[in-house]
Amino acid sequence: MNPILLAVIIVSAIGLIAGIGLAIASIVMAVPVDKKAEEIREILPGANCGACGYSGCDGYASALSKGDETNTTLCLPGGDEASAEIARITGLAAGTVQPMAAVVRCQGIKRNCSTKLKYSGVRSCKMAAQLFGGPKECTYGCIGYGDCVEVCPYNAIHICDGVARINPLLCRACKMCVNSCPKNLIAMMPLHETKAEVLCVNKNKGSQTRKECRTGCIGCMKCVKVCEYDAIKVENFVAYVDYEKCTGCGKCVEGCPVGCVKLITLENNER
Amino acid sequence: MSLAAILVTAIFTQNFILSKFLGICPFLGVSKKLNTATGMSLAVIFVMVLSTAVTYPINLLLKANDMEYLQTIVFILVIAALVQLVEIVLKKYIPSLYNSLGIYLPLITTNCAVLGVVLLNIDNGYNFIQSMFNSLGAGLGFLLAMVMFAGVRERLESCKVPKFLEGLPITLVAASLVSLSFLGFAGLVEGIFG
Repeated sequence: MNPILLAVIIVSAIGLIAGIGLAIASIVMAVPVDKKAEEIREILPGANCGACGYSGCDGYASALSKGDETNTTLCLPGGDEASAEIARITGLAAGTVQPMAAVVRCQGIKRNCSTKLKYSGVRSCKMAAQLFGGPKECTYGCIGYGDCVEVCPYNAIHICDGVARINPLLCRACKMCVNSCPKNLIAMMPLHETKAEVLCVNKNKGSQTRKECRTGCIGCMKCVKVCEYDAIKVENFVAYVDYEKCTGCGKCVEGCPVGCVKLITLENNER
Repeated sequence: MSLAAILVTAIFTQNFILSKFLGICPFLGVSKKLNTATGMSLAVIFVMVLSTAVTYPINLLLKANDMEYLQTIVFILVIAALVQLVEIVLKKYIPSLYNSLGIYLPLITTNCAVLGVVLLNIDNGYNFIQSMFNSLGAGLGFLLAMVMFAGVRERLESCKVPKFLEGLPITLVAASLVSLSFLGFAGLVEGIFG
């Protein structure tokens, strides 16, 4: 037989056998694909941030399509648009997503909060926090080695003068930074609304806080007394604001002797 | 050559990654985490052994027809089909491993270590049993190199690396040092089995 013809026959025969084998295998071991889940997955932003409480976009999509989850507003980065699209596919009710952005609750810049030790280990907040609570005098404040900068998928966080700062124009409220902070300093605040916020989480007594940081909350209760809406509370020597009650009148800001309460209006034109 | 000698040669002295420099792509790509490195290596071992078992009779067929020049193309075909099969099986039974391997699983198709072991078996004139042991050894050597290097990579993560060496450059430097350390196994087989 012609050797070229034989070569062609051998190669195509092997190819055919392999092809048939694979076809049989793919039928025998077919994995059922969830069409609805794939469609929902296409709409979600794909950042896999976990803001919805699931392991990632895939997890949320499959929970929605199976009917385990009926809340369409859990995707914060996707916002209203994603909610409406999910509602269209699943037939569930669409909702409005309160647009949020992250804020670092610390003002411990170098001028306000001095350092107590010279740290020369791995540049990671988690590592540094294990050594006497970090290099700064205040063991509650921002360490400033940028664990949150590393995890932010939108490049919205920068370290300015030793403290992390989040750009609300870039923040998509995925909460990755919230989980990365060993000091639990990052809070989510509503966008487009003026709210008071206490930029300190120091739970030490006032006299101790005063020694550690010039703008630390000393728990003096002045803000609680001036607030007409009962929106600010002091627990463990540090004040907290209830955003639902806060109207942004600014009385607490005037009353604060250390300047740790600030009126914040986060703006983001895109959301 | 005894079977034990073939096995030890393939794992240590002629390690496919660190001495023959085959299969560098998955070596650098999937060695970031220990569990994916192990999973990838196990898949490679499976594909290597299976493809050797399948290509050996095919090679006899080619030889009988004086068509050794078809080896490369036919073997690639067979390996590609086997990788697809492994992919289907993994997707069905171990979806977590399937997801973590990602693009590197189909890339075993073009993993030169797999084609390399198949062709080297023929070049060395091994019989069927010897070929199987050689591919098993090559796969185990791949596993050894991947696991070792995954450990090195995990240590590198927490090191202060100069800015210009960050990422791939320092990984390549580390890989070359690990490869250099495998030179120490030279003469091991002659010493034990010779």
